[in-house]
Amino acid sequence: MSSSRPLPRLDPDNRFFWTSGEDGKLRFLQCQDCKSFLHPPRPICFNCLSENVAPAVVPGTGVVDTFTVNHQKWSPNMEVPFVIARVAIDGAPGVFLTTNIIDCPVDAVDIGDKVEVSFLQQDDVWLPLFKKVG
Amino acid sequence: MAAEAYITGIGQSQVGQKLTRHPLLLTMDAAREALADAGLTLADIDGISTYPGKMSGYLGFSPVGTEDLIDALHLKVRWYNGGMETSAQLGAIATAAAAVKAGLARHVLCFRTVYEAAAMARPQDYPMNRAPRVDGGTQWTAPFNATSAVTWVAQYAMRHVKKYGLKREQLAQISLTDRKNALLNPRALVREPLTLEQYMEARLIAEPMCLFDCDRFSDASTVIIVSAGDALGDVKATPIRIAAAAYRSERHSWDQTEFMASYPTGAELWKNTDYKPKDVDTVQLYDGFAFLTLTWLEGLGFCGVGEGGKFIEGGHRIALDGELPLNTFGGQIGAGRLHGFGFAHESVVQLRGQGGERQIKGDPKVAVAASGGGPLASALLLARD
Repeated sequence: MSSSRPLPRLDPDNRFFWTSGEDGKLRFLQCQDCKSFLHPPRPICFNCLSENVAPAVVPGTGVVDTFTVNHQKWSPNMEVPFVIARVAIDGAPGVFLTTNIIDCPVDAVDIGDKVEVSFLQQDDVWLPLFKKVG
Repeated sequence: MAAEAYITGIGQSQVGQKLTRHPLLLTMDAAREALADAGLTLADIDGISTYPGKMSGYLGFSPVGTEDLIDALHLKVRWYNGGMETSAQLGAIATAAAAVKAGLARHVLCFRTVYEAAAMARPQDYPMNRAPRVDGGTQWTAPFNATSAVTWVAQYAMRHVKKYGLKREQLAQISLTDRKNALLNPRALVREPLTLEQYMEARLIAEPMCLFDCDRFSDASTVIIVSAGDALGDVKATPIRIAAAAYRSERHSWDQTEFMASYPTGAELWKNTDYKPKDVDTVQLYDGFAFLTLTWLEGLGFCGVGEGGKFIEGGHRIALDGELPLNTFGGQIGAGRLHGFGFAHESVVQLRGQGGERQIKGDPKVAVAASGGGPLASALLLARD
């Protein structure tokens, strides 16, 4: 399924996020004044309107908030089934990522599962995929 | 009433797949029917509103914009509006209502034209221009092969399965009801019965959603004419008042909110009117994917959050002869993907008593039409005075 993944166009707002996995760490924008996390990345804090925002490393773990098992081949090369999940990011309250849960049977995923990031590099992008822990 | 807005005319083209009639002409077919219905002519139209406007990169999704109609017909409009950045399809009608109330126009022609089946069949004529890379909101889903909205909706549905015990047999009642009602709608795209057994055996698309939970691409145009209260003297049809509208937005991300916008928008609608859910005679609720309808039932307060599955269980309550008839024209799952405007069209049909074989019993006076999913939602409360 890797060959069919559409990749993000890197721009000044998102480049830090999509290249964060180069050193194996997951980052989100954080307000340096009130410590709120901002995602998707914006140049201003929604909470205190501070413009002092910068990428911050998070632990790279999370919890499956919800998920689906996708059975439909949306492109000819797509391998199905696979899991699409929304992961609540540890250390960044209120932030979720849509991602894939990999390296386990599709029926082994459930809401509440603990997961950790596993980056997949494609060209100049490091996609944060997740796998189950424990 | 000067400060009111009314739907005074409705029209629809043929609804089909792989049509060859030009999409502007389909729009005109719907416009002619709506004008004749209202007793108006094009010369009376001084406003145009649409959703989402012409999309050059994805012509099947929206092949006709306000500029096409205005320019092709040399319309002299005082006000026009069209764009993706309003909250879902019926937002085009809600915005037109605000415009006529503000005196910016007397009669606004609102339209939604879709050509997705034709564009898929003839990509050389209606290409989908994909950029080499994705950006905007799409960058947060597409790299994970969550390209179709069904995969986003399915995750909300899965939460209902896990948290509230929603069963596929319950969710099935949306498409079973749609398909049953479509049998009584001469214009419906899908006019074959569907059984619970067929539904339960259907191919899964994105769990828990199956093939029959999804609407089907169609080629069609729907027109709704919105008129100012002080312009009703021009009109011959029974006017249907837009008693309230809502299109509330919170986070504009599919994956950063616990509840889709159908919940805050549903609650907002009742803040804008003295009517209550118990006053509603029929609901026409977006079913691009069946689970979205369930979220509207919950969001509008017809049942509590998480109670949607039990509310529709067995299908009796939402049937044509039930206490809250739903999607009486077949919804998008039965009647075709008219993309939002079909729900307003059918509300007017029912409130005027023009439903023929599918007309609901009694003397319906109040309907809710709603459109959208995820961060997009708009709702109209329609009343016959």
